[in-house]
Amino acid sequence: MNYFPDEVIEHVFGFITSHKERNAVSLVCKSWYKIERMSRQRVFIGNCYAISPEGVIARFPELKSLTLKGKPHFADFNLVPHDWGGILYPWIEAFAKSRVGLEELRLKRMVVSDESLELLSKSFVNFKALVLVSCEGFSTDGLAAVAANCRFLRELDLQENEVEDHRGHWISRFPESCTSLVSLNLACLKGEINLSALERLVARSPNLKSLRLSRAVPLDALQKILMRAPQLVDLGTGSFVHDPASDAYNKLKATILKCKSIKSLSGFLEVAPRCLSAIHPICHNLTSLNLSYAPGIHGNDLIKLIQHCRKLERLWILDCIGDKGLGIVASTCKELQELRVFPSDPYGVGNAAVTEEGLVAISAGCPKLHSLLYFCQQMTNAALITVAKNCSNFTRFRLCILDPIRPDPVTMQPLDEGFGAIVQSCKRLRRLSLSGLLTDRVFLYIGMYAEQLEMLSIAFAGDSDKGMLYVLNGCKKLRKLEIRDSPFGDTALLMDVGKYETMRSLWMSSCEVTLGGCKTLAKNRPMLNVEIINEDDQIDFSSDDRQKVGKMYLYRTLVGPRKDAPEFVWTL
Amino acid sequence: MSASGSVSTVSRDDNLVLSSEDSSSPDESDLELGLGLSLGGNCGFKLQQQPASGAQYARIFTAKDFPSSSLSSSSSSLSRTNHASAGSKRSADSVANAASSWLFAFTLLANPKFRTYASWGILGILCTILIDMGPTASQVVGWPPIRAYRRNSMANQAKSVATEEYNSMIEKHKRKNGVVEKTTNGSNKNNGTSRTRTSLFVKVNMDGIPIGRKVDLGTHSCYETLAQTLEDMFHRPTTTITGMRSSIQEHDTRVEATRRSKLLDGTSDFVLTYEDKEGDWMLVGDVPWGMFLGSVKRLRIMRTSEATGLAPRLQESSGRQGNKPI
Repeated sequence: MNYFPDEVIEHVFGFITSHKERNAVSLVCKSWYKIERMSRQRVFIGNCYAISPEGVIARFPELKSLTLKGKPHFADFNLVPHDWGGILYPWIEAFAKSRVGLEELRLKRMVVSDESLELLSKSFVNFKALVLVSCEGFSTDGLAAVAANCRFLRELDLQENEVEDHRGHWISRFPESCTSLVSLNLACLKGEINLSALERLVARSPNLKSLRLSRAVPLDALQKILMRAPQLVDLGTGSFVHDPASDAYNKLKATILKCKSIKSLSGFLEVAPRCLSAIHPICHNLTSLNLSYAPGIHGNDLIKLIQHCRKLERLWILDCIGDKGLGIVASTCKELQELRVFPSDPYGVGNAAVTEEGLVAISAGCPKLHSLLYFCQQMTNAALITVAKNCSNFTRFRLCILDPIRPDPVTMQPLDEGFGAIVQSCKRLRRLSLSGLLTDRVFLYIGMYAEQLEMLSIAFAGDSDKGMLYVLNGCKKLRKLEIRDSPFGDTALLMDVGKYETMRSLWMSSCEVTLGGCKTLAKNRPMLNVEIINEDDQIDFSSDDRQKVGKMYLYRTLVGPRKDAPEFVWTL
Repeated sequence: MSASGSVSTVSRDDNLVLSSEDSSSPDESDLELGLGLSLGGNCGFKLQQQPASGAQYARIFTAKDFPSSSLSSSSSSLSRTNHASAGSKRSADSVANAASSWLFAFTLLANPKFRTYASWGILGILCTILIDMGPTASQVVGWPPIRAYRRNSMANQAKSVATEEYNSMIEKHKRKNGVVEKTTNGSNKNNGTSRTRTSLFVKVNMDGIPIGRKVDLGTHSCYETLAQTLEDMFHRPTTTITGMRSSIQEHDTRVEATRRSKLLDGTSDFVLTYEDKEGDWMLVGDVPWGMFLGSVKRLRIMRTSEATGLAPRLQESSGRQGNKPI
């Protein structure tokens, strides 16, 4: 059906940007496959071990932007040993060798060494954007290399990484000729920063729209920086501690008034609550507010702040806001789309800062809410049913009850019905995390109703293999399934082995799966890597197949067992 | 040209967009759910989900919470990784749990419907469980699911809630004046490797001082530095922000050993002891550091005179330096 010349088709493809859609388009016919692959510029690889760097380059020689994810999600919670893998260097090496014109690199949960950053900075002349989320393995020396060598750097975005801080003025390594910065996020850096170099950098970056500072930047330095960048749209303060009676503080108040474009505010990594009034004047413009790293702000001060934020669409906050504070959010922030409530004291007992009441209030007051992460002390079925009725738009619903197997405290029933209501009502739900006391019944509901579900996180839930089977059979779009401490075993694992090739990955830890079960699965499915993480030499490979496996991670792959697996990881 | 089936399977696989195979229809037989007093397993209850790690939680025990495998808690066929996580003991909960369990048992027995053989069995199990429980193993690895980065940040920030911000502002003004100052020296990691240090905060109490402290064992790599830190902490008791700030700095640096600590060599009036996971009080310094980290729950600086049953060297040298508290 090729009535159009290739250039026309290529032009049409230029409007198709979503990865899923481009994948679909490439399957239509050989000709479209070829055109698509030669014109693809942005490549997303959800599991860096699913394909080799050479394979990516062979198929997409014109790629400019690469997104890579490494470790499994549960690595965030210390469930995956360090040295598990997810190493960046081979990718940079391969790309450098084949002279790919890489311009953007986005990484999540990968091990990034200083050598790889240095190689990156020297190999790609037009490199523009580096975004590292939850990565580790690098120091400020690597950042210095990027600063010094990437002449057209626009974006350096470091989110929640573990960065080793060395002596050195890495910020000063940005040459005087570097004036292209648009986004600079340093919030996760722990060490001191050369403040005057930072100020000069900001001063010569007229396009700077997003700036997030680290804790080492005090309030008076913030004021000087803001004077140079009144055009900022996204600001992350560093330390926000000062004597409210001082000159410096008053100067800051005046400077902030000039920053009329700020829509997104975060930081407050150290905060004196009495200083918060300085930002009240800009609150009415805010669409995004992240106070989740701000320690010790009293609920009342938070409320005073929130009351000015009528346009808020995204709010990340600590649970010291309390149910009462969430009520204020509900009545003030009618545009709210995303809410995350983090625990200020994760191990605190009886610290009932937020309960189901806060969530119900939010659901009643914020009709546009679609993304939720909520840590709380307790939840009831009635509350969840009410939330489901009020808000059927959820695409992401993550509920974490701090006591992982707590039942409904009013009825002492499991929370099956509550979550069931959520999945039944929210037809566009793509991501779900469960907690609380849960039986197989909740999985029956999920299998029945959660048709769009792509990612499911299960912990301490279910009674039998039936639970897992309901999910595997029912959720046709499931891509990532991660389970810990639940009684699912070989029967569930092996019932439908083909399913896993339709998914990105499966994680099961502290379940009932045995070594024999894993071996069977691995034997039947060569397109899967079935990895056993064997810490403390718990499993003897030659021994009993009936032994339970502590941690199993399996994922589909085109390239077979990985060669960089450490000795405690066995690929069966 | 029709969409040809000759598009190679390579490309299909390549896209990782595989058509899902037809799955078997879901089992729709009746679920045997819910709480029933059916006889099964080795206790009278239908077994509810057992938290596989065997840890206890702060909650009211319900009937569903009596797992059979807690009776055989010694058989650790389930993996238990030993990541140091920021710990706070919840010992109060074990009392609460015990109380509520008994309450539940009596409620059960009060109801004639439940006065069966099974419920006496439950009572027996309760006894076994309560005896078995001991000190609450309050931390489950990786729960609550908070990113390690955030967890570490919060642990460090907990100390920086200053009641007198003005003092701390003065402090910072002096030190940070646009000049690069290196207080953190690449020291959040173990030497050379890129390991992330996880916090392990434990309580420290000293005999004679009513208010305790907390120390982050994760910042230390040997007994010397720990004892050093403790000596400084309790020798120079301070409630000013200056003191708090300096202890904050310590938590961001690897403490380096400078001199042999008096707490460790027995020349002091006090000895350093710790409570281990089994609830026993032990003298600090006997086992390798790593093993110590894995079993310590809290520390106590104990008067030597109270430390009966310890090696003779300590009893000999007690009273030698009576002037200094440590």
